[in-house]
Amino acid sequence: MNLEGRRFTLILIVSIIGIIYMLRLLSLQVTTDKWQNKASALAEKEVIIYPSRGLIYDRKGRVLVTNQTVYDLMVLPRQVDPFDTSAFCQLVNLSIEELRTLLKKAVTYPNVRYKPSPIIKQITPPEYAAISEQLYKYPGFFGQPRTLRVYPQQIGALMLGDVGEVTKETIEDNPYYRRGDYIGLGGIEKAYEVELRGKRGVKYVFRDNLGIERNVAGGKLDSSAVEGTQLIATIDAELQRYGEKLMQNKRGCIVAIEPSTGEILALVSAPTYDPNLLVGRARGHNFNVLSRDVQKPLFNRATQAQYRPGSIFKLAQSLTALQVGAITPQTRIQCNRAIIGCHGSHSYDDLEMAIVHSCNPYFRGVMQRVVEGDRDKTNRFRDARLGLDIWQNYMKGFGFGTNLGTDIPNVKTGLVPGVAFYDKWYGEYQWAFSTIYSLSIGEGEMQVTPLQMCNLACIIANRGWYVSPHTVRQIGLGGRPRDEYLIRHQLPIDTSYFTNVVNAMEKVVGPGGTGGRAKLKNITVCGKTGTVQNEPREDHAVFICFAPKENPKIALSVYVENAGFGGTWSAPIASLMIEKFLNDSIADPAKEKRILDANFLHQ
Amino acid sequence: MKNNKLKNTGVERVDWITVIVYLFFVVFGWMNIYSAAYDHAHPNIFDFSQEYGKQFIWIIVSFLIAILTLYVEGDFFNKFSIYIYGFFTLLLVLVLIVGKEVNGAKAWFGVGDFGIQPSEFSKIGVGLLLAKYIASSGAKFKTWKTRLVAAAIIGFPAGLILLQPDVGSVLTFVAFILVMYREGLSGNVLILGLGAIVFGVLSIVSGAGSINFPFVGEQSGVWLLILIVLLLGIIWWLYVRNFIVPRNRKPLYWIIATFVLASSLFSFSVSYIVDNVLEQHHKERIYVMLSLPVEREGADYNSEMAKITVGSGGFLGRGYLEGPMTQNNYVPEQWTDFIFSAVAEEWGFWGGTLIIGLFVFLIIRLINMAERQRSQFSRVYGYCVACIFFMHLLINVGMVIGLAPIIGIPLPFFSYGGSSLMGFTLLLFIMLRLDAERLSIFR
Ligand SMILES: [Zn+2]
Repeated sequence: MNLEGRRFTLILIVSIIGIIYMLRLLSLQVTTDKWQNKASALAEKEVIIYPSRGLIYDRKGRVLVTNQTVYDLMVLPRQVDPFDTSAFCQLVNLSIEELRTLLKKAVTYPNVRYKPSPIIKQITPPEYAAISEQLYKYPGFFGQPRTLRVYPQQIGALMLGDVGEVTKETIEDNPYYRRGDYIGLGGIEKAYEVELRGKRGVKYVFRDNLGIERNVAGGKLDSSAVEGTQLIATIDAELQRYGEKLMQNKRGCIVAIEPSTGEILALVSAPTYDPNLLVGRARGHNFNVLSRDVQKPLFNRATQAQYRPGSIFKLAQSLTALQVGAITPQTRIQCNRAIIGCHGSHSYDDLEMAIVHSCNPYFRGVMQRVVEGDRDKTNRFRDARLGLDIWQNYMKGFGFGTNLGTDIPNVKTGLVPGVAFYDKWYGEYQWAFSTIYSLSIGEGEMQVTPLQMCNLACIIANRGWYVSPHTVRQIGLGGRPRDEYLIRHQLPIDTSYFTNVVNAMEKVVGPGGTGGRAKLKNITVCGKTGTVQNEPREDHAVFICFAPKENPKIALSVYVENAGFGGTWSAPIASLMIEKFLNDSIADPAKEKRILDANFLHQ
Repeated sequence: MKNNKLKNTGVERVDWITVIVYLFFVVFGWMNIYSAAYDHAHPNIFDFSQEYGKQFIWIIVSFLIAILTLYVEGDFFNKFSIYIYGFFTLLLVLVLIVGKEVNGAKAWFGVGDFGIQPSEFSKIGVGLLLAKYIASSGAKFKTWKTRLVAAAIIGFPAGLILLQPDVGSVLTFVAFILVMYREGLSGNVLILGLGAIVFGVLSIVSGAGSINFPFVGEQSGVWLLILIVLLLGIIWWLYVRNFIVPRNRKPLYWIIATFVLASSLFSFSVSYIVDNVLEQHHKERIYVMLSLPVEREGADYNSEMAKITVGSGGFLGRGYLEGPMTQNNYVPEQWTDFIFSAVAEEWGFWGGTLIIGLFVFLIIRLINMAERQRSQFSRVYGYCVACIFFMHLLINVGMVIGLAPIIGIPLPFFSYGGSSLMGFTLLLFIMLRLDAERLSIFR
């Protein structure tokens, strides 16, 4: 046997193993980046640079929303060395048990052993200053600066909205967000989230052997943070504050819009709360308190409450009827109180006076003419279907049953019942005008929001058009609003028809009118009162108006829940708002005091 | 004659290429220990409180050992092999009595901060005595007596190490079987060994799952393997019955029967041992290597981290002292058994390939060196050195790159540790000394 030959067997074995191992290295290191990616995920720290959220100013440059820096105390479990727990607990003001639970959570949360996670959130700067001095003793712990919102004016909570941590669902839907990120949850904060948040920057580092954090790959993967865009809101902080003050101890809302631009000047929902309550560590607690409050302060009555339109709706009815030719301004209709109730002494009004008197039989007749027309007297059912379609289109033109294209999140659309609605309710060809006539006076199935009612005032103020109500007039200082807020929505109603309606509204506020309490010296206010029946409780008091009559600067809708007649409570509130906005002073302190003293919270 | 001998045994005849590879390994290994064990509170590479500082001491001591060894006459190792073997084996006995327990194994003599691990030295004794025995008896392992004597020489210290217990070190003793193969042991040993590994792996993989058999229900997957073996046996038997001339059939039938019975029994016992005899963590390590699901979370942590660290290096490496995985100590005690992962991360594919290549080069050079010896003693010893390095390379690097189970043995010259560095230095330089004076030795 040639044993010397066996050396080659052994050399072969050694060489084959050598080659196998080299090929294995090749497959681990070169042919795939699977392992490199895992290494990056483990060893490289992603340092997130949070941009500060954009500030929000009011239309006169007052700061509405600003930022405050706080610190999250973070822990990176794998860098933690054994430490003096009792000293640490004293430092961060936690009990040892609490610390243990928090640390355990940080370690066991999936995949965070290698990622920092917060153990104490939102430490205020003075508290953090004390902690940071000692932090070098505790490797693995560090402070991560974050910004919180501050609302120096303490007004406009629902309109401005709030900011909170993203939910798991948001993270799943939108890959931009990560655990612990903040996001706008309502109002402007939500609507303009993308502009306000800016762009998060990121830096990849690893700790080298000198303990220094160094850039991975020379910083080529890093991106810098972009600050959030600043916004100029449409509201006037002083008007908003005044509105909130007038609405104290009341449920309801005030919407004020500049008719020519659609800019919302004030959006008061009462009762309100200090927006600063929903910031910082107390947020969770305060949110619970507010959401349990029976007065529902978190419910934005201006955009989410849906009321029956009431008498004010007669304005839209008049304009529609004039345009479709159902009536002329001179058309008179008998006040036949046998069919439908009325009030006041009148019997045979023309259009203007019918608006002033809010004559129910008149508008029942108006709508009958609109809906039935003179098409086919033999089939009232078919007539009603055709007529209601026309009517519904006009109502949609006024913005009823739509979101008005506003930038306010979560607005309700209200309801303009049409053919489909009544078919479902009564069955096809089972209903006629006589079934639905209560629509004519703003009762029945129709529902509107106070925002839509204010928009109606704008349409009349503009004599036929409106701009979608919006809350931000400049994106970036000196910027423009969103493109859609530069567009006028023209209604298919002749400008001339508005003259009669405007004149009637002037008379409503004039001597003996139902809105007399809205009268102001030197300013011609045009308005219409309304009451929304609310059986069995007290009616809601409603008033819409604009002023001045020519070249209007402000349009309003005012709702005071369970306050009774619109002219008594809502009209004076509207007039005080107009005075505040146009004159910046109140001529009649008694009028103001009467409102401030009123309390309808427990009606 | 005396004059001639002096001239022929001069240190200048030392195989310098091997010495250069050795020096490169030691210094490069030290650099990587510095990187892997780096503590930024102690940046000085000579800081004796740190692993790299201590390793420096071991390197100096090893260099002294190397130089001294080169000046000892080769004959000494031949004549005194039994005493050297006896001395190191005695240490293995002593360590079981007075040794310090570290990580559950009594493998260390503690001397203050420093420890000595006698198992790293005992291979030298075994190598020398095995060489002496083969050279003096001319054994070719054809008889049971020679096989038994060799088995005793290897098995006695191996058994003592197993008592510590240190399975990893025992596994490296497989090196001596390769040596005996070169000296005449039947090649069937290698085939049998390979077959055992293949069948063992198959048994463990199949045993890890269970299969729903008809009639008998859920059973260990090993039964499927045995079923396949049985089927193979039947096919083989049919083949023999139909295509082989009758007079040759009988011995083949015996072979078939033995194959079926032995492999079934082997599969079954492997699966049984893994499930019922091995400790949980050994079973886990084997499962991790074979990528089988392990129940306990984190059981594959070391293996996974080692692979990630190696993979992190890419082609060019992250650069010395710049490997994020190495610098963040993801692989526990990376400066000892897992040092190769630090090399592979910071020096990349080319660095890792260079080291593997240099080891293969060193081993082949040692084999060739062994073959050029005139004395059988030197040749056998040379093979011992080559095969021991090979086993360490095979197991250690295999473990780091996920091709072998996690078995804690050092990578020669790289891993931190005085015992292994001194042991491997002594092992290598005895051979270099023997090689240096080969011309003066006459058979
Ligand atoms: Zn009337």
